[in-house]
Amino acid sequence: MEFNWTLFTQYLILGITNGALIALIALGYTLVYGIVELINFAHGEVFMMGAFLALTAVGAFGVAAGAPWWQIALISLVALVAAMLFSGVLNWSIDRVVYRRLRNSPRLAPLIAAIGISFILQGIGIYWKGSNTVLPPALIPTDVRSINILTDWLGLDTRIRFRALDLAVILLTIPLLAGLSWLVYHTRTGKAMRAVAQDRGAAALMGIDVNRTIATAFLVGGILAGAAGFIVAYYTNTARFQMGFRYGLFAFTAAVLGGIGNLNGAVLGGLIIGLVWSMSDGFLQAFIPWWGAQWTPLMIFGVLVLVMIFKPTGLLGEAVPEKV
Amino acid sequence: MANLARAQTIGGSSAPAYETAPRSRGELARFAIAIVFLFAFPFIDQALGLRLMGALLPIGIYCILAMGLNIVVGYAGLLDLGYAAFFAIGAYTVGFLTSPGSVFVRGGWIPPFFQQFWPALVVAFIVAAIFGILLGAPTLRLRGDYLAIVTLGFGEIVPNFFLNAVPLTGGTRGINPIAKPPSLGPLSFGQTDQRNWYWLILVIGMFSIFIILRMYNSRLGRSWQAIREDELAAASMGINPTRTKLWAFALGASFSGFAGSLYSAAFQYVHPSQFEFTLSILVLSAVILGGIGNVYGAVAGAVIIGSFDRILAERLTQPLNAFGQQIGNDFLASHNVGEDRYVVFGLALVLMMLLRPGGLFPNKQRAAELQPEELDITVQEQQDLFDVRQHDDETPGVRGGQVA
Repeated sequence: MEFNWTLFTQYLILGITNGALIALIALGYTLVYGIVELINFAHGEVFMMGAFLALTAVGAFGVAAGAPWWQIALISLVALVAAMLFSGVLNWSIDRVVYRRLRNSPRLAPLIAAIGISFILQGIGIYWKGSNTVLPPALIPTDVRSINILTDWLGLDTRIRFRALDLAVILLTIPLLAGLSWLVYHTRTGKAMRAVAQDRGAAALMGIDVNRTIATAFLVGGILAGAAGFIVAYYTNTARFQMGFRYGLFAFTAAVLGGIGNLNGAVLGGLIIGLVWSMSDGFLQAFIPWWGAQWTPLMIFGVLVLVMIFKPTGLLGEAVPEKV
Repeated sequence: MANLARAQTIGGSSAPAYETAPRSRGELARFAIAIVFLFAFPFIDQALGLRLMGALLPIGIYCILAMGLNIVVGYAGLLDLGYAAFFAIGAYTVGFLTSPGSVFVRGGWIPPFFQQFWPALVVAFIVAAIFGILLGAPTLRLRGDYLAIVTLGFGEIVPNFFLNAVPLTGGTRGINPIAKPPSLGPLSFGQTDQRNWYWLILVIGMFSIFIILRMYNSRLGRSWQAIREDELAAASMGINPTRTKLWAFALGASFSGFAGSLYSAAFQYVHPSQFEFTLSILVLSAVILGGIGNVYGAVAGAVIIGSFDRILAERLTQPLNAFGQQIGNDFLASHNVGEDRYVVFGLALVLMMLLRPGGLFPNKQRAAELQPEELDITVQEQQDLFDVRQHDDETPGVRGGQVA
């Protein structure tokens, strides 16, 4: 079997795009885990709710497929911001109403509550959009969706597809990641977050409002998930109430792989998982004939278990002893 | 008598009174009445025309599942979110062993002895335990919440595997038929013998309760409680935490596998969609709702949640739709109550954790543990420290530390 470079590059591009999306979700897991040591099982569903809100927002404008491009751009921006705000506030309220009350309970209690919330949100998703796959309103016309930068814009003679859509995903993700990095490493709020993550008690004694700092982490994580929800809905052109489950599991694996609690780790893990995902979906078939997209969850799960066995601290995480 | 029982409890020579078989005469009488009622229920059902037997089989299976998960979550304090995976493994093991259509049987790899129901059931029990150990051994050494996510993933990929490994499992066609238990005298166990199946599951369920209670008060059961309450202290007392947790995890898994094989035989059919994530959460919410760490509570929770899932959801939809049509409400007119299961299970989990962490029928010891800590050095306390300072400034009559 000869190594097919065209195919490889194709799935590399897909993997990086997917990876950027997973990184956005993984950051929400890692941010919250880093500060309160809670696996927020509802995070995948917060992402799903963001996607649903984006669809509803775009649908509310009732835009026709042939609208001028500036209208489409404006509506997209409004829907993106709406989804981010909605998911952010949703995640924040979940913390406010549920997790905060369980903060001094044993670890099992918030975990069980989190899985409960994830289920409630899935139920709300069914009430909202039904239990079948939802097609987003035709905001981006099909011919725009299929623009290939390499052949259509650069005039290259290649069979590799690098769509403007792929580029848009990456271009949307980078400022979000940069913004988060700025928030955490260059603002007072970020400093407070890092302090609370290190030692909640000591941070409180230094005059940091611990509850507010934790709430901010939930808000920021939710905002990123909402952005990811909007992007995924329009990038894959589908949405479903269960979409949060798989993306959530993949993103959590990414967070663990990168070292949970570590922001750079989440991005690195996201990219790796994105690549594993796309390669398993399409490229691996060239070597293992019976392999296909249906085995991707198995592959990602394998990664999760292997990381936990051989490097539980992740690639960039440091060994943190469990607080007794 | 009562005093003596209490004295024994305090002395520690006997097990705590809330998680044992009934002791006093009154309790025994109530217990006997309950058992007679349960055994007579098929006749009551027939006399009243309730037609509940079809729903009671899955509910009975849920009860056995809840008992098993109670070992993992309630006794050992480990969160297993992929419990349905072991259920699937048990069901498919029996399918592989006993179905004439399975690859293994056609290949002639299965000795005839194991193509019978009861031996296959034992194999399923063991296979599920082995998978429990394979999954638990690497993850139980890590922190508790990692186990939750690994089991979540396992619960996702096992049905996914059975769905896609078409040559082995037949994919969406499922496996059919499956060996029935041999007839016991006049009682046969065909697909239509719901009543006999009900009694069989009832007997197995009661036997399971007996075993679990014995286990809870054994050395192993005490170790689970010790680990759950304070792992560090238990470890320093010579209990091996990993091995103890692994026992709980494997036993829970084997209970699930056992229930899965019963389920597959009762319905003569194994299909990947029977083992979705929702089932894991259904059982979890049954255990949490009923009473975490209390076998009877777990069973009660399974009956409540199961009744919603198998009886209410099916019987309520039509009247609700008719009502919705009458009052002209589109939502009610087309609403399927089965879709509410997500919100119902979710609410059961969240509300229980917020309002009554011990469940409806709590194990006192477990409920006390699940209450938020108050004496530890927590944020709350530190917040109070600030409050005291602020309070000092504002209290009339106290200025600058001097009492006026």
